[in-house]
Amino acid sequence: MEKLHLSNLETLEAESIHIIREVAAEFESPVMLYSVGKDSSVMVRLAQKAFYPGKIPFPLLHVDTGMKFPEMYEFRDRFCREIGADLRVYRHEEAIAQGVNPWELGTVKCCAILKTQALLNALEEGGYDAAFGGARRDEEKSRAKERVYSLRDVHGQWDPKNQRPELWNLYNGRIRKGESIRVFPLSNWTELDVWLYIYKELIPVVPMYFAAERPMVVRDGRLIPVYEGTRLEPGEKPEIVMCRFRTLGCHPCTGAVRSSAKTVPEIIEEMMTVRHSERITRLIDHDQDSSMEQKKREGYF
Amino acid sequence: MLRFTTAGSVDDGKSTLIGRLLHDSRAVYEDHLASLQRDSRSAGREEIDFAFLTDGLKAEREQGITIDVAYRHFSTPKRRFIIADTPGHEQYTRNMVTGASTANLAVILIDVTNGVTTQSRRHAFIASLLGIPHIVVAINKMDLVDWSREAFESIRTEYAEFCAKLPVTDLEFIPISALKGDNVVERSANMLWYNGPTLLAHLETVHIASDQNLIDLRFPVQYVLRPHGSFRGYSGTVASGIVRVGEEVVVLPSGWRTRVTRIINGLEDVEYAFPPQSVTICVEGDLDIGRGDMLAHPANVPWVTRDVEAMLVWMHEDPMRLDRQYVVKHTTSIVRGRFTELLYRIDPDTLHRVGTHYSASGREDGNEVKTLGLNEIGRVSMHLFRPILCDEYSRSRHTGSFIVIDPITNFTVGAGLIIDRAHTYARTISDIENRQLTCHPGHVTLRDREMALGQRPVTVWLTGLSASGKSTIAYALENKLVEEGRACYVLDGDNIRQGLNRDLGFSQADRSENIRRVAEVARLMNEAGLIVITSFISPFRADRANARNIIGEDRFIEVFVDTPIEICEQRDPKGLYVKARAGEIPDFTGISSPYEPPESPELRLESGRLSVDECVNLIVKLLRGKRILD
Repeated sequence: MEKLHLSNLETLEAESIHIIREVAAEFESPVMLYSVGKDSSVMVRLAQKAFYPGKIPFPLLHVDTGMKFPEMYEFRDRFCREIGADLRVYRHEEAIAQGVNPWELGTVKCCAILKTQALLNALEEGGYDAAFGGARRDEEKSRAKERVYSLRDVHGQWDPKNQRPELWNLYNGRIRKGESIRVFPLSNWTELDVWLYIYKELIPVVPMYFAAERPMVVRDGRLIPVYEGTRLEPGEKPEIVMCRFRTLGCHPCTGAVRSSAKTVPEIIEEMMTVRHSERITRLIDHDQDSSMEQKKREGYF
Repeated sequence: MLRFTTAGSVDDGKSTLIGRLLHDSRAVYEDHLASLQRDSRSAGREEIDFAFLTDGLKAEREQGITIDVAYRHFSTPKRRFIIADTPGHEQYTRNMVTGASTANLAVILIDVTNGVTTQSRRHAFIASLLGIPHIVVAINKMDLVDWSREAFESIRTEYAEFCAKLPVTDLEFIPISALKGDNVVERSANMLWYNGPTLLAHLETVHIASDQNLIDLRFPVQYVLRPHGSFRGYSGTVASGIVRVGEEVVVLPSGWRTRVTRIINGLEDVEYAFPPQSVTICVEGDLDIGRGDMLAHPANVPWVTRDVEAMLVWMHEDPMRLDRQYVVKHTTSIVRGRFTELLYRIDPDTLHRVGTHYSASGREDGNEVKTLGLNEIGRVSMHLFRPILCDEYSRSRHTGSFIVIDPITNFTVGAGLIIDRAHTYARTISDIENRQLTCHPGHVTLRDREMALGQRPVTVWLTGLSASGKSTIAYALENKLVEEGRACYVLDGDNIRQGLNRDLGFSQADRSENIRRVAEVARLMNEAGLIVITSFISPFRADRANARNIIGEDRFIEVFVDTPIEICEQRDPKGLYVKARAGEIPDFTGISSPYEPPESPELRLESGRLSVDECVNLIVKLLRGKRILD
């Protein structure tokens, strides 16, 4: 008998591709945020599929804080070269030159400058009217309330009380001059879906997702990686820990988890039994009550 | 995968139920649970309050309300679930409709201590209106009535009777206690009289595969894929039906017949495609197919119509109006249109029809319904300025639904569900041919005209004070463009006010109408291929926004001739300022009537500082920059 039913992954894939094409059709100048992480890798693959046999008709944009892990830069450049993507990198050079860092400014301010402000600068400079992001609703409470098309005002700000209702798959892409939208094609994916898709599609990801012995310090029960330039607190000594990263961000603010999962299937197995959310390893989400909601209101993804 | 929506009134325990489902199916991570305990404690709760798990925004947690639709995910070994969690508060019909629009199933909560309320009836009505095939009624708080079978049965009987009036096919009742966990995930030891499944067991097993329409092929073209000369494909999502390589399809609205030569799904070629796959289809021949067109089977086509009847859910504080234009998004096309008639409003609590037949032309029998307010639902007729390709909603969700957008605020203000008016619609392609329902009024497309004239028609809209230099610039620009061999024309007070608009004065209403007519004329001229330059004070933002909407965002180029009023007053070629100052001209812009400058015009000309030539050159440069002139 003919197959006339889609699996979960196929359903999610079809929905995401629909969203990506809709934006490409309705907006003048879209851009896809590329953070080098696993969700970005999946999103880029979906964009490739959406326009195959053509190329992705918009650029990828990496907002680089200058504090990403070296493995991420290596991976980014190789990945984008291999798929022939038009990668644009934006760095808030002025702030980076001033030495903005989370140790002295605190994570809230550091993120506000190197991520949110940099993102807004990059979007304005590029004249983009739609920006794809890989955020998922299952990540965080305020993201559960996001629309697929998230309208932003002239300053990139989100107003959760003033969102447009989103019905069926009819997305309202009408904006005024200066306004823009953030688009979340992976809205309905979970972390497990992402890994299952990476497995099914053989999508390359940064090796840091896989378990290895790495130098770490244990701080408040969290594993903080020790890199060149990591500032240790008095009394802290690096130790070698078998661990992996569930999410990738900036090296001062991304924790690892103890794990022995060295392959995608092992990660999937781990995922099925895991008891903590992935964002627990992101120091920035915990620094104040409702910090993600606040960042989104200010213009973050 | 099952998408379901939850509906319940305030305090029916909906958030508790969702929290319970997530928690007992082990979908809540420990760190989320820890923050849940923290939130519950700081709000003074003794036990964990699962409502804090779903109320995502700070404002909601602080005020104890749910203001929006939230989406939750969980899975069990049997199925993956997406919950659209919508608040039950009366004024939030809008949110329930939103959540229900993508759901296969609705869970309606009824508090056994309150019984069936008007809101519970409303929830069933909305679920059936949105065509949700499966409804589960969870009768909650059974612990408070001592697990009484009689209490459960009496609500069941009453509610089933009400639902019998609705097109609901699958209705299931489950007695639960979300707070204690009975019959949510775990079977209740307190209600041994109940033999049915637990809520989760029901959600895991309800049969949804046959909800899909695999009969009527509808493929709305979403994106034309033309990466290189030799390849041309039409991308889109199969809305319903099955499409196969080799079979004959008809392209609507043109009516051309062709054959499918290739179907690409992702990176692979496939032999057929079905909903909701997103694919790319290639066809025989070099046809002009664009976004908004649709592929169907020749013997089974959608309606091709400018006039539709629909149930309309109004979603905005500003009421629906019969006397203005709206934008409609239906499948992948955007058309403008207006409501021509409000046939009746429906009272969702009683299902009674309220008021009948109020039309734009003023026909009114009775005195009741003239509009729909926020959260009201009614049956309307709508006239669209271009035909759409649609089906009744009950037959095909995706070709039977549309959203209504306010052209000024761009807010989504309404949701429409198309109703069958079979006798007025053509059903097959031969019907369409027989009835000569030609949808292109002519054979010359705008693209042909653009090619013939070698230009992209736009409207350069000059706005500014009287004597700011608009007309001088307009005519100088016209000269320059005509010298370049362009076809263009200036509309100004002289050629419009003395003819077409000679019935209009200078009151605010007449000024708005003046601008509206100018915009319509400009649009016609643009459609004929001409570049139009308009020279009107057009002092009000709302009027210019309306003009932009009529002419079209991509064709409307707003140029602000920004000359200080002192200079205008000095120039005063017609002596108007003198008269206005003397009080002889009422409502004179800049003196006794406001001028609202554009907030973000495409171009601002400081004509007090620049020469006419410089102004003209700046406009030409802008047009070249936008590739309107080559």
